Amino acid sequence: MKPSRFKKPFSIAALLAGLTVLLSGCSDQYPVLNPVGPVGQEELHLIKLSTVLVAIVIIPVLILLAIIVYRYRDKKGNTAPYQPNWDHSTKLEYLWWGIPIVIIAILGTFTAKSTFSLTKPPVESADIKPLVIQVTSLDWKWVFTYPDQKIATVNYAEIPAGVPVQFQLTADSPMNSFWIPALGGQEYAMPGMDMRLWLQADKIGTFDGNGANFTGEGFAHMDFKVVSKSEADFNAWVSDVKKNSPALTVDGYNKLTEKGTAEPQTFSSYPEGLYENTVDKNGGMYMKHDMSNMSGMENMPSMAK
Amino acid sequence: MAQLAHDMKHGGHDAHAHDHGHHDQEGLKMLGFWFFLATDLLIFACLFATYIVLRTHVDGGPTGKELFEVKGFMTETFLLLTSSFTSGLATLEMRKGNVKGLIGWLIVTVLLGMGFLGFEITEFVQYAMDGATMSRSAFLSAFFTLVGTHGAHVTVGMFWIIGIMIQLSRRGITDVTQRKVMTSGLYWHFLDVVWVFLFTVVYLSGMVM
Amino acid sequence: MDSIKQFASTFFVTGDPMIYGADVSIVLVSVAILFYLTKFKKWGWLWREWLTTVDHKKIGIMYLIAALLMLFRGGVDAILMRIQLAAPNMKFLESQHYNEIFTTHGTIMILFMAMPLIFAMFNIVVPLQIGARDVAFPFLNAVSFWLFFMGAMLLNLSFVIGGSPDSGWTSYPPLSELGFSNGPGENYYLLSILISGIGSTATGINFLVTILKMRAPGMKLMKTPMFSWSVLATCIMILYAFPALTVALILLFIDRIGGAHFFTLTGGGNPMMFINLFWIWGHPEVYIVILPAFGIFSEVVSTFSKKRLFGYTSMVLALVSISIIGFFTWVHHFFTMGAGADVNAFFAIATMAVAIPTGVKVFNWLFTMFRGRISLTQPMLWTLAFIPCFAIGGATGVMLSVAPADYQYHNSYFLIAHFHQVLIGGVVFGMFAGLYYWWPKMFGFKLNDRLGKWSFWLWNIGFYVCFMPQYALGFMGMTRRIYVYGWDRGWAPLNMVSTIGAFLMGIGFIVMVWQIIYSIKHGERDTTGDPWGGRTLEWSIPSPAPLYNFAEIPVVKSRDAWFEMKEEMAQPGYQKKPVHIEPIHMPKNSGIPFFMAVFFFIGGFGAVFEWYWMAIPGLIGIFACLFARSFQYDTDYYIPVEEVEATESALGRL
Repeated sequence: MKPSRFKKPFSIAALLAGLTVLLSGCSDQYPVLNPVGPVGQEELHLIKLSTVLVAIVIIPVLILLAIIVYRYRDKKGNTAPYQPNWDHSTKLEYLWWGIPIVIIAILGTFTAKSTFSLTKPPVESADIKPLVIQVTSLDWKWVFTYPDQKIATVNYAEIPAGVPVQFQLTADSPMNSFWIPALGGQEYAMPGMDMRLWLQADKIGTFDGNGANFTGEGFAHMDFKVVSKSEADFNAWVSDVKKNSPALTVDGYNKLTEKGTAEPQTFSSYPEGLYENTVDKNGGMYMKHDMSNMSGMENMPSMAK
Repeated sequence: MAQLAHDMKHGGHDAHAHDHGHHDQEGLKMLGFWFFLATDLLIFACLFATYIVLRTHVDGGPTGKELFEVKGFMTETFLLLTSSFTSGLATLEMRKGNVKGLIGWLIVTVLLGMGFLGFEITEFVQYAMDGATMSRSAFLSAFFTLVGTHGAHVTVGMFWIIGIMIQLSRRGITDVTQRKVMTSGLYWHFLDVVWVFLFTVVYLSGMVM
Repeated sequence: MDSIKQFASTFFVTGDPMIYGADVSIVLVSVAILFYLTKFKKWGWLWREWLTTVDHKKIGIMYLIAALLMLFRGGVDAILMRIQLAAPNMKFLESQHYNEIFTTHGTIMILFMAMPLIFAMFNIVVPLQIGARDVAFPFLNAVSFWLFFMGAMLLNLSFVIGGSPDSGWTSYPPLSELGFSNGPGENYYLLSILISGIGSTATGINFLVTILKMRAPGMKLMKTPMFSWSVLATCIMILYAFPALTVALILLFIDRIGGAHFFTLTGGGNPMMFINLFWIWGHPEVYIVILPAFGIFSEVVSTFSKKRLFGYTSMVLALVSISIIGFFTWVHHFFTMGAGADVNAFFAIATMAVAIPTGVKVFNWLFTMFRGRISLTQPMLWTLAFIPCFAIGGATGVMLSVAPADYQYHNSYFLIAHFHQVLIGGVVFGMFAGLYYWWPKMFGFKLNDRLGKWSFWLWNIGFYVCFMPQYALGFMGMTRRIYVYGWDRGWAPLNMVSTIGAFLMGIGFIVMVWQIIYSIKHGERDTTGDPWGGRTLEWSIPSPAPLYNFAEIPVVKSRDAWFEMKEEMAQPGYQKKPVHIEPIHMPKNSGIPFFMAVFFFIGGFGAVFEWYWMAIPGLIGIFACLFARSFQYDTDYYIPVEEVEATESALGRL
């Protein structure tokens, strides 16, 4: 009979222990829980909200389970009521169909709202011009091209703090997912697709990023650093790259597409239209065509957000 | 469909009633076959969906409009629809208890099916000789797979019906052979219905688009 | 000679000591089995009693044995992965080897462990529970089993011949296309799942017809035991889900061997099409494996609380709504694919909605126990462990369904922890509960209690130690399918903890195997046929059940049919009705299912290596078997009354 008394408290303890581990973690180690940008913060807000809402159901269930198992165990002299034929209660059924419906309704509303709002720049303001960075996933490295600055990097990116960044994502290889947990959630980088992901860093710092969708042998080595700097430092970095780095040629890009891992690199320029051509080459033309057939999508540059 | 299954179950034959718990085997099989057809229908549904997504993905290769020939697919349609009709006539003969008539119409059905296949294979070979093979473009991959899957079904159906004809000639019309004629007939009509969709989605709209 | 050498070096997987070890052990085990069968003249027995059987109880037992073997194989994969991830920069496994292992781990656990395990339960329990003598199509049932079995063998063969698949159990193109996965591994994956998938679809049809048409007289649909109800709901899902998988796999296979462009980078292919088709099957699939577990818990909770199942109608409604909503959730596997905010919002809310009926079921189980009398037997322990585990797993599932938040969880260890929690805490615990519950019905003895408790606690503690840290690792940014990580991101300690948990579960499994072996000799024998005080019809007949299950088909009056009958019998002045035995109609054994599956195997193996000289004869063999069966008319027989009477009186039932 022992198990009943220890099991339930045990699992609750495990849950609590888990939560403690989560919440006590230092900020560097739990980037998802300590985001440095508005996108990550909105997502964290939803994470917290959903945790609380599910806890409203889960915790009473666990407590109820422990009490019921303890109170109604089959033991001589147990005086608790025993009603072997009681098998229905309309009131109770309403209760436990009703409560989850209400909770899901609340959660669903917030989810729908955020889903739509995250397709827009994090901070919309007339005087801040968003930065565009095009990201291409290769086997097994990330290539970043800056269309406005005309520079390129590999497995390394710099962004100005406080400026919304629109990442445009594609792949010239099996599909990957582009994730910088400290800034916010990920988005797939897919061949033939031009995907959009808004992120923004509010602080200066260095953040870890990695591929999140398996692409083969070198997948584990597709991690990269994103450095957020003041706008002045960022501009200084750009001009430094322009001055001191080699150019990325067509041949150079083709070399990069070969299978293998790579060290961080910077390039002072890259072939015109590299990103757009990559998207088109892998079937982008069909995607645009397919999309234009779908209603309500006319204003979107692609099917992406 | 329930009616059909019901008909089969109470097809008015010998006594199973004597042993309790012995379920009407032929009725069970008929119901099982309906469920099988549902899964087969879903396979076609997925293939249709794939075709619809990929039909514009011609990759600079031939489009449906350039490829399809009205005469060819109209003939195929005519043959297959007629075979469905003769398959129905066979069932009518079975209801009358006429084995010879039944087998006769089944032979006609199979011959029409063979004709259909002949035209389809000619069509495929013609496309392939023009360089429009499955590996030319996503559109052609989807086209050959969708139409080819239907063709493979017709082929299997023909062998099946031939097998049933042999059994009919040996055993006559019994509970079991009757159910077999019914299921194979059902299958044949099903392929006919799928073809109507194929005809519309692939050929007709291919000619227009 | 040289060409033979060269062929052998690519045909057999070489260069890894672990694989040589596996080769040796495979050869040794095979030799030992052959030796045993020959020495003790068991070949005829094996053929007559097992390979050709169409008896649902034996097929169920074969499913069970195969599933436990696959659980072992998948478990070893898991342990190997956890060793590699125990510490940063481990050199235990190469990238390629690690990729193969997580691919086979996932494929085996879902398709060759969970599926046969639920089919084992279907086969062993459903006909007995609804008062039938077999399933609707016993021959087809044998075909299903052998197709599953040969599919599983084909996948496992890849380990030593040709090389394992390595693009993940989801096998997304273009990674799984030529150019990125060239070897035969991916073909093994496609064909083995295809072959066993045909079997699964057939099982779905079979049990659907069985439950719809073969219930005992008086057993209205709303009087059917809850496990059989869950099987009914599951079979409907199988019917709707598996065709999508079949198409996805076939198209990818055509891409690979026919040079087509369904999902390729070039030629206008669209990889997203595969991902959609895969998950149109894939998400319903998780409900396919979990619904039978729900059914088992319902039976177990009611039996061991000595109380009627609470909210029967509500439970049925919940099952049916899960099986319907389950088809409108698949996009939540790729919210990050950018389907647009409207699509994501729809699928997010549909996914959350699944939590409603699931929550209702949990409350109904709780209130079945409420005002009952709970005995903590082994099946009940697993059920009680399931509730908190599944509740937490379900809660994290709701969290994952919040589409914008999913952008942070997707493909991270948070996701890994979530689905292991629902699949282990739900499916595996559920099947274990069923296994302990119906074990006496299968074999006529109970499994040892003391060893069972050891195993139970090792599994449970191991589970939390293994997977709770993985939620945290997800928040730390650790993604799935990486074979190595550095010191810099602080993932080391929690990974070590997780590995320890995996080992605890491994030990739990070993104890369980020992428990089975020990109990074969020492387990408490069940002479009554009703060792637990059961409530449904399977407990009204002897354990193990005779070939024909029921000497006389029972007439059912209420939901807990057997419980009612027992109460009636306990009434004073109860007069035992004379048993009325008639000749029993039974299907004959057949070797065709086995041969047909062998041809599937030959055809499949040929297709893996694109050896058409082998694949085409295999295909012809399959059709030859179908044709041969069509011409068989002498497929069943009657057990004479005297024989039934003799069996029944030997069992003390007359």
